[in-house]
Amino acid sequence: MTNKIRVGHYLNQFFAQIGGEDKADVGPEVRDGLIGPGRALQQALGESGEVVATAFCGDNYFAEQQEHTIDELIRRMAVYKPDLFIAGPAFESGRYGSACGAICDAVQRRLKIAVVAGMDEDNVGADLYRKRIYIVNSGPSIARMTPALQRMAALGIKLVRRESIGKPQDEGYLPRGIKRNGFAAKPPAERAVDMLLAKLRGEPFHSEIAAPKFAGSKPAAPLRDLKSAVIALVTDGGLVPEGNPDKIEPGRPTRFTTIPISGVTSLDPSKYDAVHSGYDTAIANRDPNRLVPLDAMRELEREGAIGKLHEFVHSTGGAHAAVENATRIGKDIASQLKIAGVTGVILTST
Amino acid sequence: MIPVAKEVGSLRAIASGGIVSPTGNPDLPPEKEKEFRRELILKALKTLQEEV
Repeated sequence: MTNKIRVGHYLNQFFAQIGGEDKADVGPEVRDGLIGPGRALQQALGESGEVVATAFCGDNYFAEQQEHTIDELIRRMAVYKPDLFIAGPAFESGRYGSACGAICDAVQRRLKIAVVAGMDEDNVGADLYRKRIYIVNSGPSIARMTPALQRMAALGIKLVRRESIGKPQDEGYLPRGIKRNGFAAKPPAERAVDMLLAKLRGEPFHSEIAAPKFAGSKPAAPLRDLKSAVIALVTDGGLVPEGNPDKIEPGRPTRFTTIPISGVTSLDPSKYDAVHSGYDTAIANRDPNRLVPLDAMRELEREGAIGKLHEFVHSTGGAHAAVENATRIGKDIASQLKIAGVTGVILTST
Repeated sequence: MIPVAKEVGSLRAIASGGIVSPTGNPDLPPEKEKEFRRELILKALKTLQEEV
């Protein structure tokens, strides 16, 4: 390597030695060379690179005026023609971590250079940006500043040199949800047995499949009075009007459809379909009330057992749903129901 | 599917008519099936009124 890698560094007001919380509203600034933790970064880069400029901003200012701050920092950082941009580490600080993620994400897109941020894995910025950028897990303690910057520098150098990047646990960055084919020394059956034996012996082992994390939800308070309740029908069984006008997917859903049912007393099989790759839809297609119990609900509405049936059915095809898509679809449906004044939901699942 | 629902925190879950016909039972004659659906919905509405 003949040319040294030109490195830009981002810090908040505290690490840029401007001040603490009382200076959290200072605006964006870019200066020549390194500041504060930049010294440890420079040592980690060694002869491979040079910290040519340091950008910083108060945490509150960044959070409140993010768009303008990013524009300003990138405009001034671009003058230094960096090859690599490093942000943090921010450890446990949520505002600082979010700023590191946001500036790295923007620099990567606009300046088309390698970026590495550092923060604790539980930092709110980690969940926001880990999929888009490399985030080195710095841990929560500022005492780990030097080792964190060493890992960030090593990863950054690899990225600039376009060397292959190893697995998250080997390189020290947070998993980005990227799958890549690779060769293993042993076939799957042997690896599975090895894992089982390790478990029986009480030894550490690593699953090759990361279990999805489900955010727990708090159940709503019970309905006090059915006679004044507005009940909505929702399904993940893929009910659609004939022809599937919203083109909801039969599997791996990314969206849902909203079906108006004002004045409809029963789901006529010639007007509705079930679109779903996860079960045999023939039985529901012969009588869609088997999937969404509209006929029975109308009867109960007429008898006054419930206050009112909500005038829309929300539906998605729940087969092989990615957790994040399912979560988003659920939240979107819930917020529409809430706005419409729905007080209870019957969700039929296949 | 009830253990799955409860695992993710959806505690008000009742057994349906089955995977391919949650609110039906194709083995019943039409009138009986409708009755079955009505009973199931009444049970669901009752569940909405329970503390969990």
